[in-house]
Amino acid sequence: MLRQQVQGLGRWFINTVQRLGRGNLFFLRVIRGFPALIFRQPGLLISQLHIVGVLSLLIIVVSSVNVGMVLGLQMYNTLVDFGAESSLGPAVGLSLVRELGPVMAALLFAGRAGSALTAEIGLMKATEQLDGMEMMAVDPVRRIVAPRLLAGIISLPLLAAIFSAVGIFGAYFVGVGMLGGDAGAFWSQMQAKIDWHDDIINGIIKSVVFGIVVTWIAVFEGYDAVPTAEGVSRATTRAVVNGSLAILALDFLLTAIMFNG
Amino acid sequence: MTSLTTQQGEKDRLVEIRKLVFGYAERKIFSGFDIDIRRGQVTAIMGPSGTGKTTLLRMIGGQLAPQSGQVIVDGLDVVKLSRKELYKLRRRIGMLFQNGALFTGLNVYDNVAFPLREHTQLPETMIRDIVLIKLEAVGLRGGHALMPNELSGGMARRVALARAIALDPMVIMYDEPFTGLDPITVGVVMQLIRKLNDALGLTSIIISHDVQEICAISDYLYLLSNGRVVGQGTPAEMQANESPAVYQFMHGQPDGPVPFHYPAPALVDDLLPKPTVAKC
Repeated sequence: MLRQQVQGLGRWFINTVQRLGRGNLFFLRVIRGFPALIFRQPGLLISQLHIVGVLSLLIIVVSSVNVGMVLGLQMYNTLVDFGAESSLGPAVGLSLVRELGPVMAALLFAGRAGSALTAEIGLMKATEQLDGMEMMAVDPVRRIVAPRLLAGIISLPLLAAIFSAVGIFGAYFVGVGMLGGDAGAFWSQMQAKIDWHDDIINGIIKSVVFGIVVTWIAVFEGYDAVPTAEGVSRATTRAVVNGSLAILALDFLLTAIMFNG
Repeated sequence: MTSLTTQQGEKDRLVEIRKLVFGYAERKIFSGFDIDIRRGQVTAIMGPSGTGKTTLLRMIGGQLAPQSGQVIVDGLDVVKLSRKELYKLRRRIGMLFQNGALFTGLNVYDNVAFPLREHTQLPETMIRDIVLIKLEAVGLRGGHALMPNELSGGMARRVALARAIALDPMVIMYDEPFTGLDPITVGVVMQLIRKLNDALGLTSIIISHDVQEICAISDYLYLLSNGRVVGQGTPAEMQANESPAVYQFMHGQPDGPVPFHYPAPALVDDLLPKPTVAKC
């Protein structure tokens, strides 16, 4: 009994390490296809930027408006007790630019675009479309995976920036427009307290890292899926769960590195 | 004279498979056999389900590597080719997958144009002409604007066939081309395979277990079973072959060298399990 459990644990460990290795080799193979993609077939990238990025805009904008409005409401009510409602702008701005923008946009992206990428690539594998491409001497990693990964890496930072910007307007609408805060203080304090490098650039770096990791996990799970209906369904679930966990873990790590001083 | 004949024979063979061994951890699929595919012929590789027929096609196309043995296509050892060389060879190989494997996001026209756009620098007007000619050959020029989800199984396979011949390959491999088709469509696909082979001077390899259809269009047959070639010959020779394995397959006998029952302990042992003795 104990022996079986130890064997099972060992098997799980070996499988996990093998998958990690396969995932890394896959990533290197994909990024080797980027130059040819950009210079020879930019149309593929543009079409994926539309599917992965533009079509994710709606959920990003709707979520960010709501997050911004809730932040504005909660923070205004707390700050007003201390007579510090002029700090609403920087409080909301910092929360969004440093944390909520990159993290929430990445989580939404994993759920909306990541799951779609995994399911699409997994189904192409299950219906032998990837094999068919291989037999036509067209590398599916270059033709199918590379445009999707690069589109994810480009789209997520832009979506995160839009999330932060729209969220700030949501907070402004509630804190200034509805609750009567001072508009000048809101914007000027925000401008004074938010640093270009420490806050905005670091937020962008975070979202680039999240973009790479979330899209990489999504395309790898699809490409590595067991080519059956159940296999694709499991891969899609794994892509969202592992992508989201990776975002949260990396967020802590990056925050500790960037903002500990 | 003998060496001239041998050389002629070697030139005549497009695909040579030598001492092929392949298997997964606990299951041996091929235990060393030889197969020759001659140029210009329609050669069928038959065998019961699970004998590794599709695996064999994947090895000829270089998608899988054997554990030992050689797969030589047009004089090139597929196993030893670099990725670039393999892709160069694949441009001369067409493959028809069991369900067509059409790209679901592209319409019929774009599916057939796909290999042309990827591998040639031809202007779009010329690509259009080639695509329409290929679609005409399979009788689907009128359906060039349809999406794959609007096609029946037979139509999808015909489109896939048009795509497979788009680059004028030297050989086409068919993976179970008749599975799941109605009798009329089977007749259409049979006719297409034979006519395209003869008209375009192709070589065709068909993987199938549909004996009647295969016998009607093939020049030579191989029968695989238990990882070996258990019979080979022309359709007439195979029909007349009395060896038990060949006879069972060619005549659809339910029991024989390929047993009806999956290996299991005696039925009585399963129905009447021995009582377990309680340990003190």
